[in-house]
This record gives sequence, C-alpha cells and structure tokens, in this order.
Amino acid sequence: MVPAMADRTEFAQQAMQYAPQLYSAALRMTRNSSDAEDLVQETYLRAYRSFATFTEGTNLRAWLFRILTNTFINTYRAKQRRPQESELADVEDLYLYKRISNVDVAARSAEDTLFELFTDDEVKTALENLPESFRLPVLLADVEEFSYKEIAEMLDIPIGTVMSRLHRGRKAMQKALIDFATERGLITRTFESETAPDPAHSDG
Amino acid sequence: MADCNETLRELETFLDGELDAPARESIQAHLGGCLDCLQAFDFHAELRTVISAKCQNDQMPAGLLAKIELCFGEDFDGDGQVG
Repeated sequence: MVPAMADRTEFAQQAMQYAPQLYSAALRMTRNSSDAEDLVQETYLRAYRSFATFTEGTNLRAWLFRILTNTFINTYRAKQRRPQESELADVEDLYLYKRISNVDVAARSAEDTLFELFTDDEVKTALENLPESFRLPVLLADVEEFSYKEIAEMLDIPIGTVMSRLHRGRKAMQKALIDFATERGLITRTFESETAPDPAHSDG
Repeated sequence: MADCNETLRELETFLDGELDAPARESIQAHLGGCLDCLQAFDFHAELRTVISAKCQNDQMPAGLLAKIELCFGEDFDGDGQVG
C-alpha cells in the first residue's frame, strides 16, 4: 500500500519537529556526534519507508523513538559491545539523597540547587557511562518520559525487567554524580572511596 | 495509608506515574503528613527534572535537518520501499 503524497508530506513535516529530541537521545546512545547524526538520519529514512505502518492518531513521537531504539540496538550494539550488568556498581537505595542531605549547608554554599550542583556534561556523562542495558531504560524513562509499557515494547523486555533496570541504573547514575561532585570538592567525602579527597578543598 | 517503608519502596513507581489510583492516593496521604518522605520525594522529582533538562540541550549539527529532509526526498517505486 502506497500512502498518498499529501500524507507523506504531512508526515515528514510532523516528524521533523522531533529531530532535536531524537538527536539528543542518539547522542546519549552512541556517545559521539558522528554516529548520532547517522543514527538520526537512518531513523528518519526507516520511518519514511515504513510510514504506511504508522497508524494515524497514535503517538508519532513514541513511534519515532521506537525506530531510533531499534536502529541503535541493531546497528550499534555489536559495535559497542561493553561489559553489562556485572560492571554496574551495586549501590544502596536513596544513595544520592542521603549523601546530599548529609552535606553541611555551608559547604554547599551557592550550589544550593541540584541544577547548579551538577554541570550539563557531568549529567550527560553519568548517563552515557551506564552499560547499555541500563542506559536505554533510564534514557527512555527519565529523559524522554516514556511509560514502562512503552519502554518494554521498545526494548522487547518484560515490564518487570524495565523496572529493575531503571532501579539499578538510576542508582549507579546517582553514584557517578556524587563522584563528580566530590571530585570537584563541592561535597565533602564522608564515605568509603578509592581515591583521596582533594586537600585543596576547605571551607576554613 | 502507607507507612514510611512502603512509601519509599514506591518512590520510583510513584514518580514514574505508574501507580494505580488507590496506591497513589495512599502514598499521597502519607506524604501529606511525613516531612522526611516528602523531602525524599521532592529531591528525586527535582533530580529527574535536572537530568531531563541537561540531557536534552544538545545543539544539532548544522546541516542535519537538511540531511533528514533528503531522506524524505527519495522516490517510492510503488512497493513501499525506497529506490
């Protein structure tokens, strides 16, 4: 079945608005801009080819992200083979919250909101350093705000697996954020660690 | 009404919007009277906002939109496939 030209034109126009979101997500997936660009282009090409299978009135954004995720998994998974679950640090619940709320208010000084406490690059790196099987669920849930059901369908895993990977992935990401903040001396090291605290940091 | 342990156990499903109405109301009732749990929930809600905002602010490379439009320019030969 060949869709009418008018429909394809309208589809193209509607789909274009998601390009910035798809590119950001592609960057988190591939972790480099060249691959991310290729991935986004491939996603649009596949979307355009299979436009006939898109049901009018359903969620175009979710459909595009599903194609993006599938294309990434099929094209880049083999290429980016990395250690998976065993690599992930096992971290206690409420890890970041407990560390941050234990921080002396004076030590936090001007960095009094989470938004100011972490740089853009730190947050991106914390996400991108997660093993892929955790990075994708966290990206799709916390950044793209898809439901468990949508994520389960995109990744072809059970909802229970989505939930457990989100739980572990989020904790590992919080651990990475704490490590960044500690390295910069923004919070005082009050817990076990491999590296020594920066002696230059002192609030006097 | 949920207690502290039950409430914190559902922190993620609550923030993910994945609880059914009775479970959600039970958590909300607890949060209404428990400052400790409310602070933990607020913290994670804020963290979610920060992560989402900071992971979506990438600048698209110049020319990417034009390349995407090229994907739409290819001819269909009638079998639903490009080319």
